[in-house]
Amino acid sequence: MEARLSLILFLLSILSLISLSFAHDLQIVNSERRIDLTSHIVKVFLTFKVENTGTSPASEFLLAFPPAQADHLALVKAAVAVGKKKKKIYIPLDVSPTELPDAPNRAKFTSISLKNPLNAVEISQSESQLVYYHDSAIILSPYFIKQQTTFIKTPNTRVESFSRVDPTSRAGTELKYGPYVDRAPYSFSPITIHFENNNPLAVVEELVREVEVSHWGSLQITDHYKLAHAGARHKGVFSRVEYQSRPTISGISSFKHLLALLPPRSELEIEPRYPLFGGWKATFVIGYSLPLQDFLFEAPDGRPYLNFSLGCPLLETVVDKLTIKVVLPEGSQDPSAKVPFPVKQHLETSYSYLDIVGRTVVVLEKTNVVPEHNSPFEVNFQPVVMVYYTFKPFFMLAEPLMLASVFFLFFVACVAYLHVDFSISKSYNGHGFEQVGLNRQHVPLY
Amino acid sequence: MAAIENGKKEESVLRTAFGNVLSFFILLLIGILAFSIRLFSVIKYESVIHEFDPYFNYRVTQFLTKNGIYDFWNWFDDRTWYPLGRVIGGTVYPGLTLTAGTLWWILNSLNIPLSVETVCVFTAPIFSANAAWATYLLTKEVKGTGAGLTAAALLAMVPSYISRSVAGSYDNEAVAIFALIFTFYLYIKTLNTGSLFYATLNALAYFYMVCSWGGYTFIINLIPMHALLCIVTGRYSSRLYIAYAPLVVLGTLLAALVPVVGFNAVMTSEHFASFLVFIIIHVVALVYYIKGILSPKMFKVAVTLIVSAGLAVCGAVMAVLIAMVATSPTKGWSGRSLSLLDPTYASKYIPIIASVSEHQPPTWPSYFMDINVLAFLVPAGIIACFLPLSDASSFVVLYIVTSVYFSGVMVRLMLVLAPAACIMSGIALSEAFSVFTRSIKFQLLNLLQSKKIDAGETITTDSAVTQTDAAKPAKSEGIVKERPSKKNKKKEKEPVEKATVRSRIQKKLLVLPLEASVIAILLLVLLGAFYVVHCVWAAAEAYSAPSIVLTSRTRDGLHVFDDFREAYAWLRHNTDVDDKVASWWDYGYQTTAMANRTVIVDNNTWNNTHIATVGTAMSSPEKAAWEIFNSLDVKYVLVVFGGLVGYPSDDINKFLWMVRIGGGVFPHIKEPDYLRDGQYRIDSQATPTMLNCLMYKLSYYRFVETDGQAFDRVRQTEIGRKHFKLTHFEEVFTTHHWMVRIYKLKPPKNRIRGKTKRTKSQKSSATASMKRSSRKRNPWQ
Repeated sequence: MEARLSLILFLLSILSLISLSFAHDLQIVNSERRIDLTSHIVKVFLTFKVENTGTSPASEFLLAFPPAQADHLALVKAAVAVGKKKKKIYIPLDVSPTELPDAPNRAKFTSISLKNPLNAVEISQSESQLVYYHDSAIILSPYFIKQQTTFIKTPNTRVESFSRVDPTSRAGTELKYGPYVDRAPYSFSPITIHFENNNPLAVVEELVREVEVSHWGSLQITDHYKLAHAGARHKGVFSRVEYQSRPTISGISSFKHLLALLPPRSELEIEPRYPLFGGWKATFVIGYSLPLQDFLFEAPDGRPYLNFSLGCPLLETVVDKLTIKVVLPEGSQDPSAKVPFPVKQHLETSYSYLDIVGRTVVVLEKTNVVPEHNSPFEVNFQPVVMVYYTFKPFFMLAEPLMLASVFFLFFVACVAYLHVDFSISKSYNGHGFEQVGLNRQHVPLY
Repeated sequence: MAAIENGKKEESVLRTAFGNVLSFFILLLIGILAFSIRLFSVIKYESVIHEFDPYFNYRVTQFLTKNGIYDFWNWFDDRTWYPLGRVIGGTVYPGLTLTAGTLWWILNSLNIPLSVETVCVFTAPIFSANAAWATYLLTKEVKGTGAGLTAAALLAMVPSYISRSVAGSYDNEAVAIFALIFTFYLYIKTLNTGSLFYATLNALAYFYMVCSWGGYTFIINLIPMHALLCIVTGRYSSRLYIAYAPLVVLGTLLAALVPVVGFNAVMTSEHFASFLVFIIIHVVALVYYIKGILSPKMFKVAVTLIVSAGLAVCGAVMAVLIAMVATSPTKGWSGRSLSLLDPTYASKYIPIIASVSEHQPPTWPSYFMDINVLAFLVPAGIIACFLPLSDASSFVVLYIVTSVYFSGVMVRLMLVLAPAACIMSGIALSEAFSVFTRSIKFQLLNLLQSKKIDAGETITTDSAVTQTDAAKPAKSEGIVKERPSKKNKKKEKEPVEKATVRSRIQKKLLVLPLEASVIAILLLVLLGAFYVVHCVWAAAEAYSAPSIVLTSRTRDGLHVFDDFREAYAWLRHNTDVDDKVASWWDYGYQTTAMANRTVIVDNNTWNNTHIATVGTAMSSPEKAAWEIFNSLDVKYVLVVFGGLVGYPSDDINKFLWMVRIGGGVFPHIKEPDYLRDGQYRIDSQATPTMLNCLMYKLSYYRFVETDGQAFDRVRQTEIGRKHFKLTHFEEVFTTHHWMVRIYKLKPPKNRIRGKTKRTKSQKSSATASMKRSSRKRNPWQ
């Protein structure tokens, strides 16, 4: 389960910087970390107070992640508070190890094996789901940290066990590690928390979303979902009678409903064909069409651009692999997509309804997408994809014209066939046609 | 006078053109009607494939579109009949699949992105429209355009055909009925024209029919019967020869190309009639030829010679045939054909055929349900066909007579009766209408005439009379032309003038009173309206249910039971790809198509022993069943249970057939063990064998916990044994309404340690082996 958890990291640093210099001259005066484990998406809020001890100004601030977390990191958001006026800057941080070439001891490799094999990987229908959370009690950082505290919030009071790194205290649903003082860079202290989390871990293993633009006025969206329950694997029997008669006890970790928010403020409740228990999967397709004018705009240079939010409309759902295919109308050219975070992009061609040259498809691929991706977070953060392209309105008429001409030719051919005599030997003289007509009327049997 | 002639000519050309355009549009509307009346299932439910066999056809079509035609011919399907597998390419009638595959391919090459499923769903309605047009052509050949249009309109909405061709009912019959009618049309067309072109087309149409449906044997027996009838009644002509001989030669050659038929086209008894008639027609042709070149005296000598020689040849051939046929135990007839010839055959010897409800003989209400008022119009049509009898009309008479017999044997073959009934009723209605309208017209004319005579105008009325005659006698002339073929003495064009005169006299005699005609027409229209209402009702209510999605209407509103797809989706997503699922054969096709899991038996009931093994397992106690299933590598067992929601066609209701089929191969399963005093019951009076068998246990496992009483809504009784545990199976999935329950075979227990237990197990195995030796055959050995 831990393997399935996705991390969201909110970095809120209070930079009291006068002059920033080389990375090693930075030190963290005070840091506070709040880890929210209530849902299946782990949210980490880090607050740093950073001081520059060097002389030269520093423009970079590095964050380190243990590899296990780096693999599941979905989103990093950072905001800087300067003085009282909170000005928030949004920085999509790259966390690949190549970003830390100077680190003496690469963060990726310093950590000891974090992923312990999980013991309770299978539960039966009536058991509740217990999960592990692995982390370090001390914030992993390339900088010297003077003082730090970590708060971990669990979904309920039932915590089977947790590692102690004194001072550690527990109050209600909150665990407190620290404060620790004067920790060297890259110090590490593994902790494991074993707690109950009955939130169904809805994971969309693969979401293929086709967005088809028609300049006749509609935007057709088709979502192909591969849904899985990524929680503790279901073990043994599934008893319908228990599931139906004792819904509160039996199958609490399964999920029956999913809520999807669709663009024009509509909610769609999706009920899988069967309740999903841990490890169970289902697939489904949702298709809908939207009026185009809400999504297609004109750029200052006159090119049309499509503007729509990215990500999965299902609430509280992680998408492992998201593929967005924007099918542009036939004849459109020079597509370019603007996405606020790095994605894999390539172009394809698809054919539908009497296409001849094919439609350009902009394919965007992103792994590990969490719900925050599709809700506006900051003023200057637009979680939308913008696809620019050029399109001549004449192409809209290509297919109707083609159909009209084909039918026209067909009728011409019919008329020609009826008026031209194809027989090799003439069996009729001058008024043969009339003769045929008469014959037909008199001899209907032949 | 010449001007009048010209004017009349022009007018009639216009009339013909107008009539042609009118009938074209009527036909177009009939096609639209045939297509759209079958869309109720899509509108009321959804665009899904229906029932059982269509799922197999759909799966084959998917394979064809994905892998191409060559892979399709060589397809060995290892997902079914585990561990035997099935050679799909060689055992399937490919017509439907190839048709839908071609449709899909054409659409896709035009870049119309319809899914294979959509194409499959709408194949049947499209071909119903084609069948309606083919009926028009056939009936037009028999009795003219009016009858053709009426018959086409009737066929477009005949309930019997609708039941097999609603949108989603993607089965062989959907295209086969079109092929059947079209083959008959081309046969009649060839018979009427004597054109070799149509004869070749006829063979090709027959080939398409062979590709499509096993019912092609009906054609290859009916056409020889008709040819023989023509010969016997002295109607032999060169046209008959051209219509018959190329069909047999080309048709048999082409039929042998279809892998599923292969050498059966010359080896089985179903085809022998055609060869026999083929020989006879040649003998007759030779006789006629010799008769033509010899003087009557010489001819008499020749007749005796040829008859004796021909008899000798025939005798020799017959002897060979009989010898060949006698070597096979079923006398060369397949089981289904035999059960046609002897309706009691299947119930006596082949329980698998008898267990299928569509193989039961129909009841009288089902005739009324399926062909409705046509049943009353058919006799009138037959009479109309005898007035006068032509080659073509004798064919449709033969067609209706044979199909009535066949439909009486199997409900399924009501489908073959439906087109014949439509043609007959079309002829009857059309003839009736023409008689009534003619008498109305005639009498109105008379009324007008008497008035106009008073006014002193005679010329116009005269021309009007001649005109009505010009419009009407078309039919009678054609008939007259038909007549000379009877004796083949007169030339064809001889008595046209005479005939028109005679028919004019006849027409005047056939006039009915005005009031009677008007009332009769009103009644006929009423009858037609009743038919239409019934057909629409049947299409909308009775025949549109896809049977994988069930609905029920209660006071609370509409309930949808989508349990089958729930279960198959669960299997598809949550079991291993190579897991084997055992269920009764009804659900085999659906499991392979919808869940993509390997099944033990399926609806292609080619291996009786295998089905009997599953039947035996279902009727055995838990441990024995586990052993059978385990030996077959089965991981999941699927049962259909309707007791909670009252779904009547569930496995408990089919269970006696499992016992019978199982007992037919493995005699230790005895039907009386499951019956209490000859009655099949599952309540407290049920036999212990019944209450201990696997099917009972899997169906009713923990059923009592739902309502505390375990009341079975289908059988309307409390079940006999309420509390029990499963030792060798565990429930892994049950659908929302409990209609499908899936159990997993528990892994075998570890070996038991300890001396005492070992001896015990040895003892039990010894007794088991003793038992085994006492049995005749054992399923898991």
